[in-house]
Amino acid sequence: MSKGFVFSPRDWDSHPPQIHPGYKSTPLRGPTKPLVVLPQTLSELTGPVYGQDAVGPLDHDLTKLAAKGGEPNGERIIVAGLVSDENGRPAPNILLEVWQPNAAGRYIHTDDQHDAPIDPNFMGAGRCVTDADGRYRFITIKPGAYPWGNHYNAWRPNHIHFSLFGPSILTRLVTQMYFPGDPLLELDPIFQGVPAASRHLLVSKLSIELSEAEWALGYEFNIVLRGRAATPMES
Amino acid sequence: MALKQTPSQTVGPYFSYGLTPEQYGYDYKQLADNNLGEADGNGQRITIRGQVFDGNGATVRDAVLELWQADSQGRYAHPEDPRGSNTGFKGFGRTGTGTLPENYYEFHTIKPGAIGDGQAPHITVVLFMRGLLNHAYTRIYFSDEAAANDADPGLALVDAARRNTLIAQRQENPAGIIYQFDIHMQGEQETVFFDA
Ligand SMILES: [Fe+2]
Repeated sequence: MSKGFVFSPRDWDSHPPQIHPGYKSTPLRGPTKPLVVLPQTLSELTGPVYGQDAVGPLDHDLTKLAAKGGEPNGERIIVAGLVSDENGRPAPNILLEVWQPNAAGRYIHTDDQHDAPIDPNFMGAGRCVTDADGRYRFITIKPGAYPWGNHYNAWRPNHIHFSLFGPSILTRLVTQMYFPGDPLLELDPIFQGVPAASRHLLVSKLSIELSEAEWALGYEFNIVLRGRAATPMES
Repeated sequence: MALKQTPSQTVGPYFSYGLTPEQYGYDYKQLADNNLGEADGNGQRITIRGQVFDGNGATVRDAVLELWQADSQGRYAHPEDPRGSNTGFKGFGRTGTGTLPENYYEFHTIKPGAIGDGQAPHITVVLFMRGLLNHAYTRIYFSDEAAANDADPGLALVDAARRNTLIAQRQENPAGIIYQFDIHMQGEQETVFFDA
Protein backbone atom coordinates (compact mmCIF):
# COMPACT_ATOMS: atom_id res chain seq x y z
CA MET A 1 0.00 0.00 0.00
CA SER A 2 1.99 3.01 -1.20
CA LYS A 3 1.13 6.36 0.25
CA GLY A 4 3.47 8.12 -2.15
CA PHE A 5 5.39 9.90 0.60
CA VAL A 6 7.36 9.31 3.74
CA PHE A 7 8.17 11.55 6.67
CA SER A 8 11.73 12.69 7.09
CA PRO A 9 13.39 11.12 10.14
CA ARG A 10 13.48 12.50 13.65
CA ASP A 11 16.33 14.99 13.62
CA TRP A 12 18.72 13.75 16.30
CA ASP A 13 20.79 16.90 15.92
CA SER A 14 17.82 18.78 17.28
CA HIS A 15 16.33 16.40 19.86
CA PRO A 16 18.06 15.60 23.15
CA PRO A 17 19.98 12.35 23.63
CA GLN A 18 18.18 9.43 25.32
CA ILE A 19 20.25 9.87 28.46
CA HIS A 20 21.46 13.22 29.80
CA PRO A 21 23.04 12.50 33.19
CA GLY A 22 22.69 16.09 34.45
CA TYR A 23 18.95 15.41 34.58
CA LYS A 24 19.05 12.67 37.17
CA SER A 25 15.89 10.82 36.16
CA THR A 26 17.26 9.97 32.74
CA PRO A 27 20.03 7.42 33.50
CA LEU A 28 17.52 4.78 34.65
CA ARG A 29 14.75 5.65 32.20
CA GLY A 30 16.23 6.39 28.80
CA PRO A 31 16.58 3.46 26.39
CA THR A 32 20.17 2.21 26.15
CA LYS A 33 19.98 0.10 22.98
CA PRO A 34 19.81 1.61 19.50
CA LEU A 35 16.33 2.25 18.13
CA VAL A 36 15.25 -0.21 15.43
CA VAL A 37 14.24 1.72 12.32
CA LEU A 38 10.96 0.54 10.81
CA PRO A 39 9.77 1.28 7.31
CA GLN A 40 6.89 3.76 7.26
CA THR A 41 3.82 1.60 6.79
CA LEU A 42 0.19 2.62 7.07
CA SER A 43 0.61 2.20 10.84
CA GLU A 44 3.13 5.03 10.86
CA LEU A 45 1.53 7.25 8.22
CA THR A 46 -1.77 7.45 10.09
CA GLY A 47 -2.51 8.80 13.54
CA PRO A 48 -5.26 10.04 15.81
CA VAL A 49 -7.45 12.72 14.26
CA TYR A 50 -8.66 15.48 16.57
CA GLY A 51 -10.13 18.70 15.28
CA GLN A 52 -12.14 21.65 16.50
CA ASP A 53 -14.80 19.31 17.91
CA ALA A 54 -12.29 18.13 20.52
CA VAL A 55 -11.98 21.63 21.99
CA GLY A 56 -14.43 23.48 24.22
CA PRO A 57 -15.15 27.21 23.83
CA LEU A 58 -12.94 28.25 26.77
CA ASP A 59 -10.21 25.63 26.42
CA HIS A 60 -7.80 28.14 24.86
CA ASP A 61 -8.29 30.67 27.67
CA LEU A 62 -6.69 29.28 30.81
CA THR A 63 -7.56 32.47 32.71
CA LYS A 64 -11.28 31.66 32.35
CA LEU A 65 -11.46 27.89 31.88
CA ALA A 66 -11.20 26.97 35.55
CA ALA A 67 -12.04 30.32 37.15
CA LYS A 68 -14.34 30.03 40.18
CA GLY A 69 -15.88 33.47 40.14
CA GLY A 70 -12.65 35.45 40.15
CA GLU A 71 -9.57 36.11 38.08
CA PRO A 72 -6.36 34.15 38.51
CA ASN A 73 -3.37 35.89 40.07
CA GLY A 74 -0.36 36.82 38.04
CA GLU A 75 0.61 38.33 34.75
CA ARG A 76 -1.88 37.68 31.94
CA ILE A 77 -0.13 36.74 28.71
CA ILE A 78 -0.97 35.66 25.18
CA VAL A 79 0.98 32.72 23.76
CA ALA A 80 0.54 32.23 20.04
CA GLY A 81 2.39 31.02 16.99
CA LEU A 82 2.58 29.01 13.85
CA VAL A 83 2.70 25.22 13.64
CA SER A 84 4.40 24.12 10.45
CA ASP A 85 6.40 21.23 9.08
CA GLU A 86 10.10 21.29 8.28
CA ASN A 87 9.36 22.46 4.76
CA GLY A 88 7.63 25.54 6.12
CA ARG A 89 4.17 24.28 5.23
CA PRO A 90 1.62 25.47 7.80
CA ALA A 91 -0.08 22.64 9.69
CA PRO A 92 -3.81 23.39 9.95
CA ASN A 93 -6.22 21.63 12.29
CA ILE A 94 -3.53 20.38 14.69
CA LEU A 95 -4.53 19.82 18.30
CA LEU A 96 -2.31 21.37 20.98
CA GLU A 97 -2.59 20.50 24.67
CA VAL A 98 -0.80 22.63 27.27
CA TRP A 99 -0.25 22.46 31.01
CA GLN A 100 1.70 24.65 33.40
CA PRO A 101 2.01 25.80 37.02
CA ASN A 102 0.32 28.96 38.25
CA ALA A 103 1.98 32.35 38.75
CA ALA A 104 3.45 31.19 42.07
CA GLY A 105 5.11 28.15 40.49
CA ARG A 106 2.61 25.63 41.86
CA TYR A 107 0.99 22.87 39.81
CA ILE A 108 -2.43 21.69 40.91
CA HIS A 109 -1.09 18.15 40.52
CA THR A 110 -1.45 16.39 43.87
CA ASP A 111 2.19 15.25 43.72
CA ASP A 112 3.39 18.85 43.71
CA GLN A 113 4.31 19.68 47.31
CA HIS A 114 6.01 23.01 46.59
CA ASP A 115 5.19 25.48 49.38
CA ALA A 116 3.45 28.01 47.17
CA PRO A 117 -0.28 28.79 47.02
CA ILE A 118 -2.80 27.02 44.82
CA ASP A 119 -4.83 29.56 42.84
CA PRO A 120 -8.55 28.76 43.12
CA ASN A 121 -9.16 30.43 39.78
CA PHE A 122 -6.46 28.68 37.81
CA MET A 123 -5.94 25.07 36.84
CA GLY A 124 -3.26 25.48 34.19
CA ALA A 125 -4.45 23.04 31.50
CA GLY A 126 -5.86 23.97 28.11
CA ARG A 127 -6.24 22.99 24.47
CA CYS A 128 -6.64 24.56 21.09
CA VAL A 129 -6.56 23.65 17.42
CA THR A 130 -4.57 25.45 14.74
CA ASP A 131 -6.62 27.40 12.22
CA ALA A 132 -6.53 27.04 8.44
CA ASP A 133 -3.22 28.96 8.39
CA GLY A 134 -1.58 26.77 11.05
CA ARG A 135 -1.90 29.39 13.79
CA TYR A 136 -2.82 28.82 17.42
CA ARG A 137 -3.41 31.17 20.33
CA PHE A 138 -3.74 30.69 24.09
CA ILE A 139 -4.47 33.18 26.83
CA THR A 140 -2.89 32.28 30.15
CA ILE A 141 -0.91 33.47 33.17
CA LYS A 142 2.86 33.62 33.07
CA PRO A 143 3.99 30.49 34.96
CA GLY A 144 6.30 30.87 37.95
CA ALA A 145 9.63 29.14 38.50
CA TYR A 146 9.54 26.19 40.89
CA PRO A 147 12.10 24.14 42.80
CA TRP A 148 12.72 20.49 42.05
CA GLY A 149 14.88 17.81 43.61
CA ASN A 150 17.39 17.27 40.84
CA HIS A 151 20.26 18.94 42.67
CA TYR A 152 20.83 21.44 45.47
CA ASN A 153 18.77 24.60 44.85
CA ALA A 154 17.50 23.35 41.50
CA TRP A 155 14.78 25.58 40.01
CA ARG A 156 12.98 25.05 36.72
CA PRO A 157 12.87 28.12 34.48
CA ASN A 158 9.40 29.46 33.65
CA HIS A 159 7.89 27.08 31.13
CA ILE A 160 4.69 25.78 29.57
CA HIS A 161 4.36 22.11 28.57
CA PHE A 162 3.07 21.49 25.04
CA SER A 163 1.73 18.32 23.42
CA LEU A 164 0.91 18.14 19.68
CA PHE A 165 -0.36 15.43 17.37
CA GLY A 166 0.20 16.52 13.78
CA PRO A 167 -0.82 14.56 10.71
CA SER A 168 0.51 11.14 11.79
CA ILE A 169 1.70 9.27 14.84
CA LEU A 170 5.25 10.05 13.64
CA THR A 171 4.71 13.79 14.08
CA ARG A 172 3.77 13.42 17.75
CA LEU A 173 5.65 15.96 19.85
CA VAL A 174 5.79 16.77 23.54
CA THR A 175 7.96 19.73 24.46
CA GLN A 176 8.29 22.76 26.73
CA MET A 177 8.19 26.44 25.86
CA TYR A 178 10.47 28.84 27.73
CA PHE A 179 10.60 32.64 28.09
CA PRO A 180 13.24 34.97 26.68
CA GLY A 181 15.94 36.27 29.00
CA ASP A 182 15.30 33.76 31.78
CA PRO A 183 18.59 33.42 33.74
CA LEU A 184 17.56 29.94 34.91
CA LEU A 185 17.84 28.56 31.39
CA GLU A 186 21.59 28.16 31.57
CA LEU A 187 21.27 26.27 34.87
CA ASP A 188 18.48 23.92 33.80
CA PRO A 189 19.59 20.40 32.84
CA ILE A 190 16.33 19.70 30.98
CA PHE A 191 16.79 22.70 28.69
CA GLN A 192 20.55 22.15 28.51
CA GLY A 193 19.97 18.55 27.44
CA VAL A 194 18.98 19.85 24.01
CA PRO A 195 21.87 20.23 21.53
CA ALA A 196 23.19 23.78 21.84
CA ALA A 197 22.34 24.79 18.28
CA SER A 198 18.65 23.95 18.79
CA ARG A 199 17.99 25.34 22.28
CA HIS A 200 16.79 28.69 20.97
CA LEU A 201 13.94 26.86 19.22
CA LEU A 202 12.34 26.30 22.64
CA VAL A 203 12.49 29.95 23.72
CA SER A 204 9.50 32.10 22.85
CA LYS A 205 9.92 35.67 21.68
CA LEU A 206 8.26 38.71 23.16
CA SER A 207 5.95 40.04 20.44
CA ILE A 208 4.48 43.50 20.50
CA GLU A 209 2.33 42.54 17.50
CA LEU A 210 0.72 39.71 19.48
CA SER A 211 0.40 41.86 22.61
CA GLU A 212 -2.86 43.67 23.31
CA ALA A 213 -2.54 47.23 24.56
CA GLU A 214 -3.57 47.81 28.20
CA TRP A 215 -4.30 44.10 28.53
CA ALA A 216 -1.62 41.44 27.94
CA LEU A 217 1.89 40.91 26.60
CA GLY A 218 2.22 38.43 23.74
CA TYR A 219 4.83 35.72 23.32
CA GLU A 220 5.37 34.02 19.99
CA PHE A 221 6.27 30.33 19.98
CA ASN A 222 6.46 28.66 16.58
CA ILE A 223 6.55 24.88 16.44
CA VAL A 224 8.07 22.77 13.67
CA LEU A 225 6.94 19.16 13.23
CA ARG A 226 8.45 16.44 11.09
CA GLY A 227 7.58 16.98 7.45
CA ARG A 228 7.27 14.93 4.33
CA ALA A 229 10.57 13.92 2.79
CA ALA A 230 11.20 14.92 -0.80
CA THR A 231 11.77 11.35 -2.00
CA PRO A 232 8.57 9.57 -2.91
CA MET A 233 8.17 6.08 -1.47
CA GLU A 234 8.29 3.07 -3.82
CA SER A 235 5.05 1.18 -4.12
CA MET B 1 14.74 21.05 5.03
CA ALA B 2 14.13 24.73 5.52
CA LEU B 3 13.31 24.60 9.22
CA LYS B 4 14.66 22.58 12.13
CA GLN B 5 12.37 20.30 14.11
CA THR B 6 11.30 21.69 17.48
CA PRO B 7 13.23 19.66 20.07
CA SER B 8 11.40 17.18 22.28
CA GLN B 9 11.30 17.69 26.05
CA THR B 10 10.25 15.35 28.81
CA VAL B 11 6.55 15.20 29.68
CA GLY B 12 7.66 15.71 33.30
CA PRO B 13 5.93 14.44 36.44
CA TYR B 14 2.86 16.69 36.28
CA PHE B 15 1.20 15.78 32.98
CA SER B 16 -1.88 14.20 34.49
CA TYR B 17 -4.25 17.17 34.69
CA GLY B 18 -3.27 18.21 31.18
CA LEU B 19 -3.27 14.84 29.41
CA THR B 20 -5.32 12.46 31.57
CA PRO B 21 -7.37 14.71 33.89
CA GLU B 22 -10.44 12.52 34.43
CA GLN B 23 -8.38 9.41 35.15
CA TYR B 24 -6.58 11.31 37.92
CA GLY B 25 -9.69 13.00 39.30
CA TYR B 26 -9.25 16.53 37.94
CA ASP B 27 -12.28 18.50 36.84
CA TYR B 28 -11.47 18.72 33.12
CA LYS B 29 -12.76 16.61 30.27
CA GLN B 30 -10.04 14.40 28.85
CA LEU B 31 -9.38 13.86 25.20
CA ALA B 32 -9.00 10.10 25.30
CA ASP B 33 -9.01 7.37 27.91
CA ASN B 34 -8.11 3.71 28.28
CA ASN B 35 -11.31 2.40 26.73
CA LEU B 36 -11.04 2.23 22.94
CA GLY B 37 -13.26 -0.65 22.13
CA GLU B 38 -16.93 0.17 22.39
CA ALA B 39 -17.40 1.59 18.90
CA ASP B 40 -16.30 -1.59 17.13
CA GLY B 41 -18.98 -4.17 17.85
CA ASN B 42 -17.38 -6.70 15.50
CA GLY B 43 -14.13 -6.78 17.40
CA GLN B 44 -12.90 -9.29 19.91
CA ARG B 45 -12.82 -7.43 23.19
CA ILE B 46 -9.48 -7.61 24.94
CA THR B 47 -7.67 -6.04 27.86
CA ILE B 48 -4.02 -5.12 27.58
CA ARG B 49 -2.26 -4.58 30.86
CA GLY B 50 1.22 -4.36 32.23
CA GLN B 51 3.79 -2.29 34.04
CA VAL B 52 6.66 -0.06 33.01
CA PHE B 53 10.02 -0.81 34.65
CA ASP B 54 13.05 1.45 35.02
CA GLY B 55 16.67 0.34 34.90
CA ASN B 56 16.55 -0.79 38.54
CA GLY B 57 13.49 -2.93 37.91
CA ALA B 58 11.24 -0.52 39.81
CA THR B 59 7.78 0.15 38.42
CA VAL B 60 7.25 3.62 36.98
CA ARG B 61 4.24 5.45 38.42
CA ASP B 62 4.41 8.57 36.26
CA ALA B 63 4.42 7.22 32.73
CA VAL B 64 1.71 7.90 30.17
CA LEU B 65 1.04 5.44 27.36
CA GLU B 66 -0.79 6.04 24.12
CA LEU B 67 -2.11 3.37 21.77
CA TRP B 68 -2.71 3.77 18.05
CA GLN B 69 -4.35 0.86 16.31
CA ALA B 70 -6.50 -0.35 13.43
CA ASP B 71 -10.02 -1.67 13.95
CA SER B 72 -10.97 -5.35 13.90
CA GLN B 73 -10.94 -5.28 10.08
CA GLY B 74 -7.44 -3.79 9.98
CA ARG B 75 -8.58 -0.30 8.98
CA TYR B 76 -7.30 2.96 10.43
CA ALA B 77 -9.64 5.87 11.14
CA HIS B 78 -7.47 8.33 9.25
CA PRO B 79 -7.64 9.95 5.80
CA GLU B 80 -4.46 8.17 4.65
CA ASP B 81 -6.28 4.84 4.94
CA PRO B 82 -8.54 4.90 1.88
CA ARG B 83 -10.76 2.25 3.45
CA GLY B 84 -11.25 4.19 6.70
CA SER B 85 -12.78 2.65 9.76
CA ASN B 86 -16.49 2.26 9.15
CA THR B 87 -17.25 1.16 12.67
CA GLY B 88 -16.74 4.53 14.36
CA PHE B 89 -13.68 3.05 16.04
CA LYS B 90 -11.20 5.86 16.63
CA GLY B 91 -8.19 3.72 17.47
CA PHE B 92 -6.54 6.02 20.00
CA GLY B 93 -6.20 5.56 23.74
CA ARG B 94 -4.23 7.18 26.51
CA THR B 95 -3.64 6.29 30.14
CA GLY B 96 -1.23 7.03 32.97
CA THR B 97 0.38 4.48 35.29
CA GLY B 98 -0.42 6.41 38.47
CA THR B 99 -3.92 5.28 39.41
CA LEU B 100 -3.97 1.45 39.55
CA PRO B 101 -2.30 -0.67 42.26
CA GLU B 102 1.37 -1.51 41.59
CA ASN B 103 1.48 1.10 38.83
CA TYR B 104 -0.27 -1.08 36.30
CA TYR B 105 -1.69 0.39 33.14
CA GLU B 106 -4.72 -1.14 31.51
CA PHE B 107 -6.43 -0.62 28.14
CA HIS B 108 -9.78 -2.04 27.10
CA THR B 109 -9.90 -2.35 23.36
CA ILE B 110 -10.52 -4.74 20.50
CA LYS B 111 -7.94 -6.91 18.87
CA PRO B 112 -6.82 -5.17 15.68
CA GLY B 113 -7.09 -7.00 12.38
CA ALA B 114 -4.16 -7.38 10.02
CA ILE B 115 -3.84 -4.30 7.81
CA GLY B 116 -3.36 -6.42 4.70
CA ASP B 117 0.18 -5.42 3.78
CA GLY B 118 1.88 -8.53 5.16
CA GLN B 119 2.29 -7.24 8.70
CA ALA B 120 1.00 -9.22 11.65
CA PRO B 121 -1.72 -7.57 13.76
CA HIS B 122 -0.07 -4.98 15.98
CA ILE B 123 -0.65 -1.83 18.01
CA THR B 124 1.67 1.17 18.08
CA VAL B 125 2.57 2.36 21.59
CA VAL B 126 3.86 5.84 22.33
CA LEU B 127 5.43 6.21 25.77
CA PHE B 128 6.21 9.32 27.77
CA MET B 129 7.53 9.78 31.30
CA ARG B 130 9.54 12.00 33.58
CA GLY B 131 13.18 11.39 32.73
CA LEU B 132 12.42 10.28 29.18
CA LEU B 133 13.64 13.05 26.91
CA ASN B 134 12.13 11.74 23.67
CA HIS B 135 8.89 9.79 23.50
CA ALA B 136 9.53 6.11 22.82
CA TYR B 137 7.71 4.11 20.16
CA THR B 138 7.18 0.40 20.51
CA ARG B 139 4.71 -2.15 19.15
CA ILE B 140 2.45 -4.73 20.73
CA TYR B 141 2.18 -8.01 18.83
CA PHE B 142 0.02 -10.92 20.00
CA SER B 143 1.19 -14.31 21.29
CA ASP B 144 -1.67 -16.15 19.56
CA GLU B 145 -0.57 -14.88 16.13
CA ALA B 146 2.62 -16.95 15.94
CA ALA B 147 2.47 -17.67 12.21
CA ALA B 148 1.74 -14.04 11.31
CA ASN B 149 4.46 -12.85 13.69
CA ASP B 150 6.98 -15.16 12.02
CA ALA B 151 6.19 -13.52 8.68
CA ASP B 152 6.11 -9.94 9.99
CA PRO B 153 8.65 -7.66 8.25
CA GLY B 154 9.01 -5.37 11.27
CA LEU B 155 9.75 -8.20 13.70
CA ALA B 156 12.24 -9.56 11.16
CA LEU B 157 14.31 -6.39 11.68
CA VAL B 158 14.65 -7.18 15.39
CA ASP B 159 17.27 -9.53 16.86
CA ALA B 160 15.54 -12.85 17.38
CA ALA B 161 16.54 -12.83 21.05
CA ARG B 162 14.71 -9.53 21.63
CA ARG B 163 11.48 -10.19 19.72
CA ASN B 164 9.77 -11.55 22.81
CA THR B 165 9.83 -8.05 24.31
CA LEU B 166 7.23 -7.08 21.68
CA ILE B 167 4.82 -10.00 22.11
CA ALA B 168 1.90 -9.55 24.49
CA GLN B 169 1.08 -12.81 26.25
CA ARG B 170 -2.52 -13.96 25.99
CA GLN B 171 -4.34 -15.24 29.06
CA GLU B 172 -7.96 -16.30 29.07
CA ASN B 173 -9.73 -16.07 32.36
CA PRO B 174 -13.30 -15.57 33.60
CA ALA B 175 -12.96 -11.80 33.23
CA GLY B 176 -12.14 -12.14 29.54
CA ILE B 177 -9.07 -12.09 27.34
CA ILE B 178 -6.09 -10.36 28.85
CA TYR B 179 -2.79 -9.67 27.13
CA GLN B 180 0.12 -8.95 29.43
CA PHE B 181 2.61 -6.44 28.01
CA ASP B 182 5.34 -5.06 30.25
CA ILE B 183 7.78 -2.42 29.11
CA HIS B 184 11.38 -2.46 30.34
CA MET B 185 13.24 0.76 29.71
CA GLN B 186 16.62 -0.85 30.26
CA GLY B 187 18.36 -4.07 31.29
CA GLU B 188 18.43 -7.65 30.04
CA GLN B 189 14.82 -7.46 28.96
CA GLU B 190 14.99 -3.93 27.52
CA THR B 191 11.98 -3.52 25.25
CA VAL B 192 12.70 -2.91 21.59
CA PHE B 193 12.00 0.74 20.79
CA PHE B 194 11.46 1.89 17.25
CA ASP B 195 12.10 4.88 15.10
CA ALA B 196 10.56 5.29 11.68
FE1 LIG C 1 6.98 21.61 34.42
